[in-house]
Amino acid sequence: MTVKRRAIAAGAAVLAMALLAACGGNKATTTTNSNTGAGFNAAVGKVVNPSTKKGGTLQMWSSQDADSWDPAIGYYAFVWDLNQLYTRTLVTYPAQPGTAGLKLAPDLASAMPDITDGGKTYTFHLRSGIKFDDGTAITSKDIKYGIERIFAQDVLPGGPIYLMGQLDEGQNYPGPYKDKDPAGLKSIETPDDSTIIFHLKAPYADFPYLLAMPGAGPVPQARDTGAKYALKPASSGPYMFQSYEPGKSTVWVRNPNWDPSTDPIRKALPDKINLTITSNADDLDSRLIAGTADIDVGQTGVQSAAQIKVLQNPSLKANTDAPPNGFIRYAAFATTVAPFDNIDCRKAVMYAADHTALQTARGGPIGGGPIAPNMLPPNILGSDTKYDPYNIVQGKPQLDKAKEELQKCGKPNGFSTTIAVRNNKDKEIKSAEALQQSLAAVGIKANIYQYDGKLLSTVIGAPDNVKKNGYGIMIAGWGADWPSGTGYLQPLIDQTFILKNGNYNLPEIKDPQIQSLFQQTALETDPTKAAALYNQMNHIVMEGAYYLPFTYDAALNYRNPRLTNVFVNQAWGMIDFQALGVSDGK
Amino acid sequence: MFRYIIRRLIAGVITLLVVTLVTFGIFFMVPKLTGTDPALLYTGKQTDKVAIEGARKKMGLDKPVIEQYGLFVKGLVVGRDYDDGPDKTHCPAPCFGYSFKNQFNVWQRMLSDLPVTASLAVGAAVIWLILGVGAGIISALRKGRAIDRAVMTGALAGVSLPIYFTGLLSASIFVYTLNWLPSPGYSPFLQNPLTWAQGLILPWITLAFLFAATYARLTRATMLETLSEDYIRTARAKGLRERTVIGKHALRSTLTPITTVFGLDLGALLGGAVLTETVFNLNGLGKDAVLAISTSDLPVILGVTMFAAFFIVLANLIVDVLYGVIDPRVRLA
Amino acid sequence: MTTDNTVRTSPGPTLAGPPPPGSDVFLRINDLRIQFKTDDGIVKAVDGLSFGLGRGKTLGIVGESGSGKSVTSLGILGLHRGRGRNADVTGEIWLDGEELISTPQERVRQLRGQKMAMIFQDPLTSMHPYYSIGTQIVEAYRVHNAVSKKVARRRAIEMLGRVGIPRPERRVDDYPHEFSGGMRQRAMIAMALVCNPELLIADEPTTALDVTVQAQILDLIRDLQGEFGSAVIIITHDLGVVAELADDILVMYGGKCVEYGPADELFWRPEHPYTWGLLSSMPRVDRDVRDRLVPIKGSPPSLINLPRGCAFHPRCPYSERDGIPCRSVVPELAGEQQHLVACHLPAAQRRRIFSDDIAPAL
Repeated sequence: MTVKRRAIAAGAAVLAMALLAACGGNKATTTTNSNTGAGFNAAVGKVVNPSTKKGGTLQMWSSQDADSWDPAIGYYAFVWDLNQLYTRTLVTYPAQPGTAGLKLAPDLASAMPDITDGGKTYTFHLRSGIKFDDGTAITSKDIKYGIERIFAQDVLPGGPIYLMGQLDEGQNYPGPYKDKDPAGLKSIETPDDSTIIFHLKAPYADFPYLLAMPGAGPVPQARDTGAKYALKPASSGPYMFQSYEPGKSTVWVRNPNWDPSTDPIRKALPDKINLTITSNADDLDSRLIAGTADIDVGQTGVQSAAQIKVLQNPSLKANTDAPPNGFIRYAAFATTVAPFDNIDCRKAVMYAADHTALQTARGGPIGGGPIAPNMLPPNILGSDTKYDPYNIVQGKPQLDKAKEELQKCGKPNGFSTTIAVRNNKDKEIKSAEALQQSLAAVGIKANIYQYDGKLLSTVIGAPDNVKKNGYGIMIAGWGADWPSGTGYLQPLIDQTFILKNGNYNLPEIKDPQIQSLFQQTALETDPTKAAALYNQMNHIVMEGAYYLPFTYDAALNYRNPRLTNVFVNQAWGMIDFQALGVSDGK
Repeated sequence: MFRYIIRRLIAGVITLLVVTLVTFGIFFMVPKLTGTDPALLYTGKQTDKVAIEGARKKMGLDKPVIEQYGLFVKGLVVGRDYDDGPDKTHCPAPCFGYSFKNQFNVWQRMLSDLPVTASLAVGAAVIWLILGVGAGIISALRKGRAIDRAVMTGALAGVSLPIYFTGLLSASIFVYTLNWLPSPGYSPFLQNPLTWAQGLILPWITLAFLFAATYARLTRATMLETLSEDYIRTARAKGLRERTVIGKHALRSTLTPITTVFGLDLGALLGGAVLTETVFNLNGLGKDAVLAISTSDLPVILGVTMFAAFFIVLANLIVDVLYGVIDPRVRLA
Repeated sequence: MTTDNTVRTSPGPTLAGPPPPGSDVFLRINDLRIQFKTDDGIVKAVDGLSFGLGRGKTLGIVGESGSGKSVTSLGILGLHRGRGRNADVTGEIWLDGEELISTPQERVRQLRGQKMAMIFQDPLTSMHPYYSIGTQIVEAYRVHNAVSKKVARRRAIEMLGRVGIPRPERRVDDYPHEFSGGMRQRAMIAMALVCNPELLIADEPTTALDVTVQAQILDLIRDLQGEFGSAVIIITHDLGVVAELADDILVMYGGKCVEYGPADELFWRPEHPYTWGLLSSMPRVDRDVRDRLVPIKGSPPSLINLPRGCAFHPRCPYSERDGIPCRSVVPELAGEQQHLVACHLPAAQRRRIFSDDIAPAL
């Protein structure tokens, strides 16, 4: 129903735009956008309109409200990006374009942690002069309390719970509301107001990434209203909540108690930031193009009507970016389902696939994203987009090679298999159809099985079910919660992550080499060295032909030319909102 | 009369309770039938058992359905306490609870969104009444002529074109191309009546266009029927001017069925004009409903459903009472 | 011409123009034709009707439904004219020296309700259900008389009293549905007479009423006629109704006049087979209950496609007797003195059939 309605809406919008074009419209565009755009993808890898000019009101829009402004609950990527306005964490991602943005830097902490005890103890020292918006000092206890809140899943469910996994250590800590012990969570020590010590059970080199999530930000216990905290969270960042009307709007104003000298990351240029939620995504696009909206914080791309309009007009296209957002789309081969237990049969599919057709199914190079040559997207340290072992990026199916592989796997005339795909993702269904078509050319007959997308975790996420029903090929997508190889790759390829339900290691990769590499990365606190290890894992996965990568997701987003300091922060896979300013001071 | 109204009000309250019961039933039946779990919608990407159990507990979905309904009714009648974690919040009657998703107080939210929906509905109603009834009368009096055909064609367009189309097209033309109007949106009437009207004019017209079409057809049909009534012949035989015959005798009879339909339409719209509010991004009850349903936000779903049902029950009552005033043959007892 | 003759002007089609000056004829209809264009064809509802009516006199127009009698009355009032009413009206209607068909509509409207008024068949559907009786009478009065509402209301109460409504000052605010059938018809009469019309047309004034009430209403009309001196046309399908009331009777069939004459004459010596049929089907108080009513066989003709020749011939038991060309030739309306008949049967044979076969059975 919704899908259909949206389709109608999109159709109507396209028609409306077409009618307008016929009227010789575009008046609004030419008048408001007098300054020429910085160019397509200008904010990818560099900064558009660098500036330190303060003042003005930033008009942010979105067609979707935050899932929650409570830092312990919010899980949407854009909400984490926006959390930077009011939530500071011990460490965070620097406001830098390119891969520089992926390397954690101290934020509330004065320096990166001292890691001792064989990688099991992390000690942070806080900066001095850091304050909440009410003027009270931010102490190590506020950070501990913030993390403790995550444990109260019966009050604050919905956010990531990685920290629970790392810090509970058998205590069964129920969260601060039900806990009677004054010591609270035992794995965190706060010997004084500016020191916080984390004791892990086992070394975990990615631990700092978990501390960069908003849920690890400080919360003053006195102002914690539990379930209602989301309506007005305290601020440790440059902006504080002036108002929040769920589903309608949020207004942030300057936090007078934020001291720029304590914050090396944030610029805090606008005086005020409005976020307006609209139910009409086409109208949002119109506002962006008319210049009355600055940016769509959802960053999920303009609607099809506006996309046509923008791409046809070079001066409008110059105000757009289509950066990879950290998501990868792929097909996974079930190694438990014949003939995909045979690597050569998997390779046959790799070669037979028409990657241009798959990219088109995803929405083309701009709306969908670039063809992915391997399983590590560009925003993960260790990614190498030049590594193309199956010669995928050139785009054409390689039928001779596919036939050769079929010969090798003993199925020279092809075979039959099933492609399992969610029925509520149009692009995935189209991908499955494109794959089905290209496989037919080498005699591989693939039936498409569509299942209720909401049941993902029990249909393709249940290995027994996959084997029973013979889902040889499963269409899926994946994005990491943090930009390290562990955060990204572990659920996909680590043998210990194979679950009975909700499994993401769909091929059920059980490779001792990979397991030993993960053991190394857990200890490797140097991100650059860890990157090399992830690169190695990527090679193993690709050589094993477990996954057939389609595209690195991208979406065409529009930026108002009046915006300053626009760049894509790879950590979020989108524009870094806290860096934005407005050039006209309005 | 007074006793009649009291009786109807009591029946209305029972109707509302039945509505909530059915809504409750649907909310809990659908996941059972489709095998989905509403708690899963509140755990983000997590599929961890701790998170799902936590979400279920927080929303009270771990309790038996009967108990949940009992608590809901209790909240409505005497209010109820909610555990927020660090403390408890008392939610005074009538308490619809707090949004699962956004924690807002549902009752207060409904009250604050009602003016938006009411502004939209009432403004559009005035326009469609004037346009629809006017066009219908002209059409009936010029039956078979060019203007009749033009009006009926327009009416057909009105009922067939989706609001998505007319809304987006009108906004594109008048707001973004001609710059005649500001972007549609709601601002309180008391703040500035002019901006209130400017922001709502497009939604009004778009919504009114849809209804005006129906009313034009209804008015035309009723008018034609009325014109063939004996008492119209009598009125003419008395030597009344044609203007009086049409404007007084025929119109009064024509408006009676229209009053009924109008009352019910307005009542239904006060519960939320879903499409118009969505297209023009007006934060009224209709948008709340869409949002609540798409996020399985039970307290909000119950709130908007009950609000909508309330207005329909109320509109029914008003229409019935009004009918007794318009038509002296109807006596309420 | 005798004085008597001028009053009962012959309804033959040859006469045209206004009644001679100084004559007593108040209403004169000449060759009135009313046709409606419909999708099925042209409905010739009234086809060449002529008659006259003197001041203070009463004419009864009798016929089955669909014979064109009501259309005639509405035609006199000019209610077929106006936008959207696709009627074609020709001929002449002289009312008190004024020809109405060629007169502007606005003038006819002013005459309507004032100089000529009408009482309708079903007082329940003919009165507006949403307005009180008083309001409707006041409206009828004020449209022709520039008086205040108060004065008009007093007049309305007075009129209600005159037509025999008890306690009119209280009943004046009642709605039509709160009146009984007879009361409603009285109110309707009060409304019609409120402007002292000189011509009153009563279209089936008693059909919808109980038998006992019927007589009261007829008495009332007669009394009021005496009081106001109006000319009255009573339209009915029931000869009995007009027998006592009317001076003249005009029998219509298929849009035409088939028999016309003084009431006594027509009642006691009817000559048209259709009139005999009407008489036979009329219930009479003085008749024995066991005697059966004899309905006219067959049904009224289609006004779009009238039978050729005499329109009554398919139902007439005497048609084509002795080679009379009933099926091909339209009979002329002719006769001696004031009694005119449109029938091919020789006059002598008609009288014989009536006195030998019909009258004894009545």
